[in-house]
Amino acid sequence: MLRGATSFLLLLQTFLQPLLFVFIFGRVMTGNGLLPAAYKSLLLPGIMAISMVFTGMWAVAMPLIAEFQFTREIEDRLLAPIDISWVAIEKVVAGLIQALVAGLTVIPLAWIILRPGLEIHINNLPLFAGMLFLVASFSACGGLALGCTVDQQHIGLMFSMVMTPMIFFGCTYYPWSSLAKFPILQKIVLINPLAYASEGLRATLVPQFPHLSLPLILVALSFFDVLLLVLGLRQFRKKAVS
Amino acid sequence: MESAIRTNNLRKVYNSPPPSAAGRGDGSGPKAPNVNDKQSKESKSQITALDGINLEVVAGQIFGLLGPNGAGKSTAVGILTTRVRPTSGAAWVGGHNVWQDQTAAKRKIGVVAQRPNLDFSLTAREILLFHGAYFGISSRERSDRAAALLDRFKLTDRAGQLVRGFSGGMMQRVSIARAMMHDPQVLFLDEPSVGLDPQTRLLLWEIIREYNQKGRTILLTTHNMEEADTLCQHLAIIDHGRIIASGTPSELKASIPGGFVLRLRFAHAPGELLQRFTALSGVTEVRASGETGADVYSDRGGSLIPEIVTTAAGFGVELSDVHISEPSLENLFLHHTGRSLRE
Repeated sequence: MLRGATSFLLLLQTFLQPLLFVFIFGRVMTGNGLLPAAYKSLLLPGIMAISMVFTGMWAVAMPLIAEFQFTREIEDRLLAPIDISWVAIEKVVAGLIQALVAGLTVIPLAWIILRPGLEIHINNLPLFAGMLFLVASFSACGGLALGCTVDQQHIGLMFSMVMTPMIFFGCTYYPWSSLAKFPILQKIVLINPLAYASEGLRATLVPQFPHLSLPLILVALSFFDVLLLVLGLRQFRKKAVS
Repeated sequence: MESAIRTNNLRKVYNSPPPSAAGRGDGSGPKAPNVNDKQSKESKSQITALDGINLEVVAGQIFGLLGPNGAGKSTAVGILTTRVRPTSGAAWVGGHNVWQDQTAAKRKIGVVAQRPNLDFSLTAREILLFHGAYFGISSRERSDRAAALLDRFKLTDRAGQLVRGFSGGMMQRVSIARAMMHDPQVLFLDEPSVGLDPQTRLLLWEIIREYNQKGRTILLTTHNMEEADTLCQHLAIIDHGRIIASGTPSELKASIPGGFVLRLRFAHAPGELLQRFTALSGVTEVRASGETGADVYSDRGGSLIPEIVTTAAGFGVELSDVHISEPSLENLFLHHTGRSLRE
């Protein structure tokens, strides 16, 4: 349960980094001519993907780690007269909603900071909505898998060893096509689900830029969603029952 | 009579140390298997927490599982409340197999864990209301029940405050009230009175008896003799994952030979001397306890001392320490295990 002060801190924690990133790279660096103005629009989907993935993973993984190992408050919910997997699903749905809110909040924020020169073209609204859903599911299911696998003492490690490489190799600050000069790297980043999230948002938000093919993105994201959910639920059951 | 809880040859072997909630207290914990056997590397870390438990708790009883820390009490409760997977054997609560029919079993039970697991960001009242909602209780019914329980547990004046700031005793009261919110047929209380002041403990006992009078079954674990003796109608004494005795408290106490136990210490205790004690009038059994001690089971206490001293003097041995205890569950435990419950 969140109360006023906690929600505000959560909001700050979610948006501070992307906000600063958008400001420096989208406003300052394009304003002083170091980056072309078009970079603003190119950057936005990546920032959205980072915000969503960070928020969803954090919102699911951190409470899970704390509730299992520290407050134990999950015990009472595991005793509710339903299958225990539903307790995990409930966490995933909550994380998914938070990720969606985070993603959608980036757009007006970017609008304020990046105007003029920001060119968003949502040509296909249902497709954009579906993409948001897939990305949000990926973040929440990933949070479930991570939160049920990582121990409390390894949280720092999780963020430096999993999240940081994922963000930098996730086609967030650059489109996938721009890796053409690094053919090996270009292949390797395809195992990173965040790459599909960034490219997927790029394809539906700023389709004027080159991006991975839509069917590939949709298949890959759905695959990662299901994989992480299945893995996460298995880990959850292991953790919930000794 | 209908049984509320039944287990059949229940075993639990942990491959890694059990979680602390499943109660591994101190060194007197569950025994590790003999690693000298031709066992694989894996089994070296295996810990047998329950070693073939058969329990039968009649509906409407207050049933106590009495044993030292690490005896397997919490593991037994863990299995019965669906939180621990049994290695073999089966357990039923209210006729439902707790492993195969979890959801139905969970409807029947209320659980108070050994360690507090309250949601710290909620108020006491909210904790009760949320719990009621998990069980599909209507909103009006929820508030009525929560108000009644808060009142009964003397928490009404703090009901609107976050439990984060509550004392240990208050948290325990909230936990128990929460477990009673959905009026379960069987209430499990794992070490309910640990850390409570005497006044709160009495209040808790009173509430448990009241709940029992409504026809509900209560299973509680304890290592407190007084609690087992005065509160429980039926007891099972558990040690090293096995039940070593069971019955009503008075049956159990009556089963100790003699009733009184005199724990004696000498400078040295030759076997012949101990044999001589057996011949003293009223003595039913004498057991050597270490190199220099003896436990004498007898139907009298202090009046036996002069004769013991005289007999020992005849062997040139001086009595250095004596402890007399009256018929009690403590003695029963000592009789079965050779150890005191508190050791």
